[in-house]
Amino acid sequence: MTIYIDNKPYEAKAGKNLLEACLAAGINLPYFCWHPSLGSVGACRQCAVKVFKDEKDTQGRLVMSCMEGVRDGVRIGVEEATAKAFREQVIEWMMTNHPHDCPVCDEGGSCHLQDMTVMTGHDYRRYHYKKRTYKNQYLGPLINHEMNRCIQCYRCVRYYHDYAGGDDLNVFAAHNHVYFGRDKDGVLQSPFSGNLAEVCPTGVFTDKTLKEHYTRKWDLTMAPSVCTHCSVGCNITAGERYGKLRCVVNRYNEEVNGYFLCDRGRFGYEFVNSENRVTQPLIRGRMSEAVSEEELMHELSVLLSQQKLVGIGSARASLESNFALRQLVGAGNFYAGISETEAYLTRLIVQVMQEGTLHSASLKDIEQADAVIVLGEDVWNTAPMMALAVRQAAMKTAANNAAAQLSLPAWHDAAIKELVQTDKGFLANITVAGSPIDNIAQVTVHAVPDDIARLGFAVAHELSNTLPALANADEKLLQTARQIAAALQQSKHPVIVSGLSCVNSAVIRAAFDIAAALNNTHWKASVAYVLPECNSMGLALMQAPSAERIFDSSNANDMTALILENDLYRYLPQATADAFFSRCSNVIALDSIHNNTTEKAQVLIPAATFAEADGSMVNYEGRTQHYYKVFIPKEGHIKESFHWLNSMRIAKNNRSNGHGLSLDELLHEAEIEMPVFEGVHDAMLSPHYSIHGEHIPREPHRYSGRTAMYANLNVSEQKPLQEEGESAFGFTMEGFKGQPPADAAPFFWSPGWNSGQSVTKYQQEPGGAFKGHIPAVQLFHDKVDKAPVFFKDIPEAFVARKQKWLVLPQYHVLASGELSSYTKALASLLPEACVVLSETDAALLGVRDGDKIRVHPGTTALPVKVHLSLANGVVLISAGLPGTEVYNWGDWVKIEKE
Amino acid sequence: MSVQFNEKQLTEFNRLVARYPEGKQKSALLPVLHLAQESFGGWLSAESMDYVAELLRIEPIEVYEVATFYSMYNLQPVGKYLFEVCQTGPCMLRGSDDIIAYIGEKLNIKPGQTTEDGMFTLKTVECLGACGYAPMMQLGKHYREHLTKEKVDAIIEECRNNAAVNN
Repeated sequence: MTIYIDNKPYEAKAGKNLLEACLAAGINLPYFCWHPSLGSVGACRQCAVKVFKDEKDTQGRLVMSCMEGVRDGVRIGVEEATAKAFREQVIEWMMTNHPHDCPVCDEGGSCHLQDMTVMTGHDYRRYHYKKRTYKNQYLGPLINHEMNRCIQCYRCVRYYHDYAGGDDLNVFAAHNHVYFGRDKDGVLQSPFSGNLAEVCPTGVFTDKTLKEHYTRKWDLTMAPSVCTHCSVGCNITAGERYGKLRCVVNRYNEEVNGYFLCDRGRFGYEFVNSENRVTQPLIRGRMSEAVSEEELMHELSVLLSQQKLVGIGSARASLESNFALRQLVGAGNFYAGISETEAYLTRLIVQVMQEGTLHSASLKDIEQADAVIVLGEDVWNTAPMMALAVRQAAMKTAANNAAAQLSLPAWHDAAIKELVQTDKGFLANITVAGSPIDNIAQVTVHAVPDDIARLGFAVAHELSNTLPALANADEKLLQTARQIAAALQQSKHPVIVSGLSCVNSAVIRAAFDIAAALNNTHWKASVAYVLPECNSMGLALMQAPSAERIFDSSNANDMTALILENDLYRYLPQATADAFFSRCSNVIALDSIHNNTTEKAQVLIPAATFAEADGSMVNYEGRTQHYYKVFIPKEGHIKESFHWLNSMRIAKNNRSNGHGLSLDELLHEAEIEMPVFEGVHDAMLSPHYSIHGEHIPREPHRYSGRTAMYANLNVSEQKPLQEEGESAFGFTMEGFKGQPPADAAPFFWSPGWNSGQSVTKYQQEPGGAFKGHIPAVQLFHDKVDKAPVFFKDIPEAFVARKQKWLVLPQYHVLASGELSSYTKALASLLPEACVVLSETDAALLGVRDGDKIRVHPGTTALPVKVHLSLANGVVLISAGLPGTEVYNWGDWVKIEKE
Repeated sequence: MSVQFNEKQLTEFNRLVARYPEGKQKSALLPVLHLAQESFGGWLSAESMDYVAELLRIEPIEVYEVATFYSMYNLQPVGKYLFEVCQTGPCMLRGSDDIIAYIGEKLNIKPGQTTEDGMFTLKTVECLGACGYAPMMQLGKHYREHLTKEKVDAIIEECRNNAAVNN
């Protein structure tokens, strides 16, 4: 439909509001309370425009553009004098109490309030009276609170409370003393609290970890990157200055993370700045300073010529690095640095997804689902952003139903919330030990993995009676299965979420059978399998056997092992890892941080982290995403692993004058070698890419260089280190001055829009796809006509054993192994590792909360935590927290009272 | 003072909660807060609000957000007699400013303050819907209308006498 803005015609989409239509048309219209993900409430009165009856109407009426739907032929005035004066007046009111402390405010330079104030033209303060002041609260180590800056837009509570489901931040009082905060000082409980820093249009909520090494947005060197803390692969923008990674902010991706990040992803970046980094090549027994790269290569060429060379790939290293290792050691000697159980389960998922009879669900698919079944996955802790998407599915389904009843537009947030009350869309959350999303689920089941799988198969049977029924099932389980099946049958696009966290292949198969039963008649269900690490899927697609399979080989002795970015002690039980190292005569490790595996290495090579590297990763859904280096580390020896491995390949083949493969050459080689990766190299911007012959600058053109940090050495700002060879990006502010391709924008900025909200200028419409959006490189392809092959193998019901317990990992939402714990703020929020037992089992063992017990095989005694709804015969042990041990998950263990 | 409804107050609490459907007991929050304010010294301490939260099986923060929003809940201790003087347009035109100033002068307190003996609190409020009798104020459950300085003197005297009799 056509709308007229200031007498010019524009195309607009039905179902949008006038504010969205104006922004989509590229018109600068100020706003505060509206947010593409939160909808409209008309609270701030900032987006006022005039609406005219027809061409002859000169009077018009003032409306809030966010509260008025688009109508065909509607005529609105944005530049109209009264509307402009109104907007200027509104911001003047808002600013009466604002402290104007921009020079000392962390938001300054990326502040929506600054941008909007300038946009409205309010530039002279007439109010000369005392300003209202508040006491600020301590909100924990991640978020800083400064209430005086508040302009009462209510976005924070609408995000935190309504969108993310947090219940410890709220709004108090009324009038001009409205207060946003907690009931008392204390750590914000939601693991999505970091988004407050971006949702807040000014500096009330800011990133406290950035404060530790503060830099303005305009002084950051930034690059498009991808989060490495779980298998979702949220898009991030990471910013650096003077060799230190300063902050991570959301990088909008319509299909993955939208506008948000979880706290693990946002704050877990400090490991890059850790003092525990490997910065120098080390050869054991030699002075570290003495090792030059020539010596290193010489040493390596000797080691690499050994007969029994094996390479251990990594689920947290890039596709390129894993492939370079595979090429160096040979496909037959390339192993995945994960346990056999994990390798088996990921292989099963790869097999299921490659079948193509199920669509792989993106987070956007999950958000839009009208029924969600979480089968066995502890999604809150293993893929937090997916849990947030599951929540949106439940909320949005109820909202859509309510909106359809009264034909309300979807953006009319307050009205819809009023209608919805506490209704939710269908969610069945079936887990071992429960999860915070239980409270929005219609069906919650806590059961052992085998029984979870049985419930899954029972649902599949209810959906399609050609599938086998459960033998000797109890009535309660069947009743639940019928309830779930009924909801699924009514849904139009359900999503089944499952994964590895309950370490059970039957659960994965049951999830497949449910989705496939739904798709048997007509395609509607999609599936999401959560994996443990950021590139677990990429490594799994390389089809390498697990590191444990090395022992199968008869001559697995005196090996020379090359270990890529992987602490084997985090993936294998200690005894297994020890056994592995005892069979190695030489260990070469490439890693960024010292850990138990690097301790074992004769040769240790400094590897770049995600912030210093280019690379590709495949997320849980098979989406290949590329990340670009943010900066070149000062420590010249730190290089991407694939770079080192390329050099080793040359050294090994004794081609002294050969040159290493560049990144895109490497990806091309991978595509040829392994057709499963076909197309991966479309996910990256070619190093030869340029716009009008200029590369894309990583620094904003306002980069000031005025901190004089190194003025004692030179009064000029130091020139950033440059990359060897070609790159689409430059490390300075020089280069193309226009808008870069949105998919690879190092940061979002647009004239007049300095804050992250400038992303609107890169989108086709607010909250929509990017302009010139390149479709994602998806490695799994839907095969619509193919009939699914059902598994149908229902496991026996679980029977608790005497004196033995089934051991399962209990993950934590803020911990991704040791990496996120390098952020002091996050580390301070991690709980003590513990062992979770059912009430009956605890009584059986004669232990109570806090008593220490020892789990065999394991070395440390851990405190007990009694769980009221955990099944008997199962024990959950903290995993991923610093210092926790790895068990043969899914195996049986003995427990002994300390 | 320990915060706990007596039997009679509990009966009233149950009556209020019973007005709403099962599981929607939070809906009774406003009247229950009034009951709590009345029962626990004319104001809502954090302790009283936590007690209400416990009774209604909701989080304390849910009580705070509501209690802080409305001006008729007192979040600070108030005197035995609370003068709520209307200062909206009609009352103002009929001299409520003078009345407020006079009360303040006489009791040596400013609006929002309580006398040292804990007897009186002066509070200014918005329209109480008695514009025809302006200027006026609310004292306890009663309106005092057509206020003059003499009437204020009499009211204060009356309160002091009542207090003396009741002690």
